Amino acid sequence: MSERTMVEALNLALEQEMEGDDAVIVLGEDVGVDGGVFRVTEGLLDAFGEQRVMDTPLAESVIVGASLGMAIRGLKPVAEIQFSGFSYFAFHQLESHVARMRWRSRGRFTAPLVVRMPYGAGVRALEHHSESREAYYAHTPGLKMVIPSGPRTARALLVSAIRDPDPVVFFEPKAIYRAFREEVPDEEETLPIGEPRRVREGDDLTFVAYGAMLHRALEAAETLAEEEGVEADVIDLCTVSPLADGPIQESAKRTGRVVLVHEAPRSFGPAAEIVARLVEKAFWWLEAPVARVAAPDVIVPYFAREQAYLPDAARIVAAARETLAVEA
Amino acid sequence: MPRETIDLPRSVEWLQVLDEEGALDEEWMPDLDDEELLAWHRAMLLSRRFDERLLELQRQGKIGTFAPVRGQEASQIGAVAALEEEDWVVPSFRETAAAVWRGIPLEGLLLYNAGYNEGGEVPEGKHDLPIAIPVASQIPHAVGIAYGAAYEGSDEVVMVFFGDGATSEGDFHESINFAGVFGCPVVFVCQNNQWAISLPREEQTKSKTLAQKGLSAGIPGIQVDGNDPFAVYVAAGEAVERARSGEGPTLIECVTYRLSLHTTADDPSKYRDEEEVEEWEAKDPLPRLQGFLQERDLLDDGAIEELEEEVSGEIEAAWEAASERMAELDDPAVMFDHVWAERPPELERQRETLAKEWSRRDEGAGGEGEE
Repeated sequence: MSERTMVEALNLALEQEMEGDDAVIVLGEDVGVDGGVFRVTEGLLDAFGEQRVMDTPLAESVIVGASLGMAIRGLKPVAEIQFSGFSYFAFHQLESHVARMRWRSRGRFTAPLVVRMPYGAGVRALEHHSESREAYYAHTPGLKMVIPSGPRTARALLVSAIRDPDPVVFFEPKAIYRAFREEVPDEEETLPIGEPRRVREGDDLTFVAYGAMLHRALEAAETLAEEEGVEADVIDLCTVSPLADGPIQESAKRTGRVVLVHEAPRSFGPAAEIVARLVEKAFWWLEAPVARVAAPDVIVPYFAREQAYLPDAARIVAAARETLAVEA
Repeated sequence: MPRETIDLPRSVEWLQVLDEEGALDEEWMPDLDDEELLAWHRAMLLSRRFDERLLELQRQGKIGTFAPVRGQEASQIGAVAALEEEDWVVPSFRETAAAVWRGIPLEGLLLYNAGYNEGGEVPEGKHDLPIAIPVASQIPHAVGIAYGAAYEGSDEVVMVFFGDGATSEGDFHESINFAGVFGCPVVFVCQNNQWAISLPREEQTKSKTLAQKGLSAGIPGIQVDGNDPFAVYVAAGEAVERARSGEGPTLIECVTYRLSLHTTADDPSKYRDEEEVEEWEAKDPLPRLQGFLQERDLLDDGAIEELEEEVSGEIEAAWEAASERMAELDDPAVMFDHVWAERPPELERQRETLAKEWSRRDEGAGGEGEE
């Protein structure tokens, strides 16, 4: 075991998967000599050579489109899009082909590839470097949309994503790329895609969050425990799509009160789908309206105001208190 | 010197071997035996008649919208004839003649055009991708397959088809550039059929040729008479050889003409003159190849008539088989297959819910909501 940041943990996952399987290759802008602008691919070029670590031209569509071709030909490409804000050049490839090749060819050609991209606000970046648009990808049948919340889950989920038979869009919450370290075992570790994790146990209230927001939800849960003796169940979604609602339902039925947290815009965000599932499947167990703490439906403001834009622990605590105040 | 002409590395060649008058340039005539020549002719005739039958079926409402290939058969057959079976073909949506040559079953093409996903199944072992509809979007896939093949040390070559309109799309430029940088074994075949629906070639781009766009990516480009199967074959053969020997990609512009509709939903009389079509009818690749074969005594009117009957029988048998298969394909739940490798629980729930609804309607029970 050693303590690693998320960047180091992702790097470990890539290194070990490339070591274990010659079909795994990495491609993207500045991923080779530079080691990626966030250094996630650092050292891979030296270890595996330029055939397996491709510094590509600046062209997102062909990075993703060629990855699909490589996957059809038997490789397991891991493409990096430098920032999720630039992934829309490749959106067409993801929506029109990557997500559909298995379906179109009736299983003859498949797309076992991963498209990694840093996303989310909180690092005082320029425009287009802070969005949280997971809903675009979650809304596309055929894709899997995965978001880790810390170094250990990042490593384990990336390994699973690389081995997955289907295409995975892998969002990396860059605000916590280096924010803290966690024990990440040297030996192989995977986490199943499509399974949320329960990361804190409580019977009074349910929080569902993912990515960097998970930590704000956990902070809110601690505040509530300290100040009011309220114990929150906290669920880390891990996989936004396909959404597995089983553990969320189970928790909601136990606590009757649910607060959903994400930094994506409020309307049509993943929380909206979770609310719908709860209404369909756990309505009679709910003791209060399900609350959403999300970013407002605006473009992410320039960084001087980004912390005001992002949900924080205080907003989550306030939403929880309102939910708890509803008489059953 | 502050200002001087830069020597660019390549120029663009034009190649024609068999012209519309039947004149042959022996110097460039490829070495093809009689059997090969007759096989080309058969494939060209079969795809022409199949295309006509598709149009008829569409007008009768038996199949849906499709994109006729009429006029472009030489561009396609001349190109794929230069490939080995294990090489890859990445089509767009008008590559019926290429599909016929590659042995894609007509039954599947009919099923596809009749709106059944099962028609998109590519037979096991065939290295041909399914039809791709958004213009130019399939070009990056060819580049990736080519990279993958080279990476694994195989000598497979990839050939990708697209039209003149595609050369305005980003995916075309990104792909030729990417393939150039990594030396991918891919042959880019642009069928310049003069029209991107209603936009004529000269308004698509002010480039004198489309072949010269290869030069911008540092890859060779050549322009050929796309209605001359021999010119296409020579250019494709050289490009395949270059790709196979590790010398990287080539762009081939086949100058041809869409004699028919963009798709069956299109009305070309809105944007082009019948005179222009007539001019190109005179350059039609099918009579051109037939004339050549007759000149060489490889084919006579009797043999053509016999062949006509044979291909028409093949087409009818395929339509019968497709019709029988369609009658069996009545389960709409097929739409839930192959979305992911495994069906997630929520999708399974949706499938079960809809399946119940469908069977309720089939049984006519309940009656509510019935139309």
